[in-house]
Amino acid sequence: MTEIKVKDKDIVVPGEVLAVGMDNLPGQGTYREGDNIVAGRLGLVQLDGRAIKLIPMSGRYIPKKNDTIICKVTDVSMNGWRVDTNSPYSAMLPVREATSEFIARGADLTQYYSMGDYIVAKIYNVTSQKLVDISMKGPGLRKLRGGRMVEVASNKVPRIIGKQGSMVSMIKDMTGCNIIVGQNGIAWIQGDPEKEFLAIKTIRKIEQESHLSGLTERIKSFLEQNGCTQTQRVNNNEL
Amino acid sequence: MNSELRNHIIRLLESGTRLDGRKLTDYRQPIKIEYGVSNTAEGSAKVQIGDTEVIAGVKVEISTPFPDTPEEGGLMVNTELLPLSSPDFESGPPGIEAIELARVVDRAIRESKAVDFKGLCIEKGEKAWFIMIDVISLNSSGNLLDAASLAAIAAVKDMRFPALNDEGKIEYKEKTDKKLGMKAWPLSVTVSKIGSSFIVDPDLDEEKVIDARLTVGSLDDGTLCSMQKGGNSPLAEQDILQMIDIAVEKAKELRKML
Repeated sequence: MTEIKVKDKDIVVPGEVLAVGMDNLPGQGTYREGDNIVAGRLGLVQLDGRAIKLIPMSGRYIPKKNDTIICKVTDVSMNGWRVDTNSPYSAMLPVREATSEFIARGADLTQYYSMGDYIVAKIYNVTSQKLVDISMKGPGLRKLRGGRMVEVASNKVPRIIGKQGSMVSMIKDMTGCNIIVGQNGIAWIQGDPEKEFLAIKTIRKIEQESHLSGLTERIKSFLEQNGCTQTQRVNNNEL
Repeated sequence: MNSELRNHIIRLLESGTRLDGRKLTDYRQPIKIEYGVSNTAEGSAKVQIGDTEVIAGVKVEISTPFPDTPEEGGLMVNTELLPLSSPDFESGPPGIEAIELARVVDRAIRESKAVDFKGLCIEKGEKAWFIMIDVISLNSSGNLLDAASLAAIAAVKDMRFPALNDEGKIEYKEKTDKKLGMKAWPLSVTVSKIGSSFIVDPDLDEEKVIDARLTVGSLDDGTLCSMQKGGNSPLAEQDILQMIDIAVEKAKELRKML
């Protein structure tokens, strides 16, 4: 007979016993220790049938297949680029995945991406040993020029993006900034200096208040208070 | 390597603002000074400038004066950049950054002539007070130089001499009311040059792209007491004069916090 010690949507800390007995299954973010199911990280409990899951509230990004991430080139080698993914694991961008252009054998790879460049890329493979491969072939995947990078909490990224991108497009429309949010918790922002700063403040506000209801409305009124209206975004990609 | 970031920062500076929306010569807020944070030190202070946090402690000991200055006590400043405070700091012997930090803090206090070294002498050629200031970084988020200088001075302000027992040994547990007589309060302000703009209190991103920096130590009345130049670019005479003006003015603002 299993005894579940927590309620749905409880906040738990690592090491907290969530359930005793063998009838339940440890889901994401939890593990089994003898008879107990124990929380592995800080998060919200989600009871999903027999499984007990945790929605993490903190912690670093862990690379996942099909995520679009923003990474920084840290090394240029013979057969590609090594990038920092803002996670414990670096990723490899092989030459054949780098661009649809033809790259001659022995070409100087730094003319495509050089050390310190930021790129938007998609993870196409993660091995069990966490060797990560990324690709630059796909819509919207490119080198980032101009603008600035902001670190955000990676587990708040879904809130910043919103349902079908509703939140981020609202910020884009109201501030007139170009924004790309990577799943790995790096966001790229480009626009007028004051608006850029406002966009960052908005993102910080979302991070802090993401667990409270009525977020979209509050963010909207926050932006309006700061003198933003729904306008057509100016495209200044060519900066 | 940081050319994108650099261009962006310069573009912002030219329009009179910075990455976090500050003006060029604004310090980050809050600037907080907390006195007496350590029970074992004779004086201590914790200083916070934005996210940068340092702690400074003053210890005293009685020792033999140096042979060339038999009638004077001494002052030593030591800094430690804890690995805890930044991913860039490693444990082990102090690096070039930590040594520079200690020397800049030391120089401002020493060359201001604010400390009465002769007053520290107890017995000529035999016994004198030696003051040791230790500055430790708790969180490095840019502009450690100014934070360390402020913390060191705040700790000195908080310091009280310990009592002496009958044999002339220090009773560290008993504090007296005697302060270190300071004639002035020297404070260092670092002015950095990026492109053609001058800024104070750079954050981590700005520190990466700085062309040159000048740390200026000054007194209440605007007297200069120390300077240290860093960064790879040269500074013109005009630049230096302008930077000194900014530094002296900012030091006056900081001094109100003490």
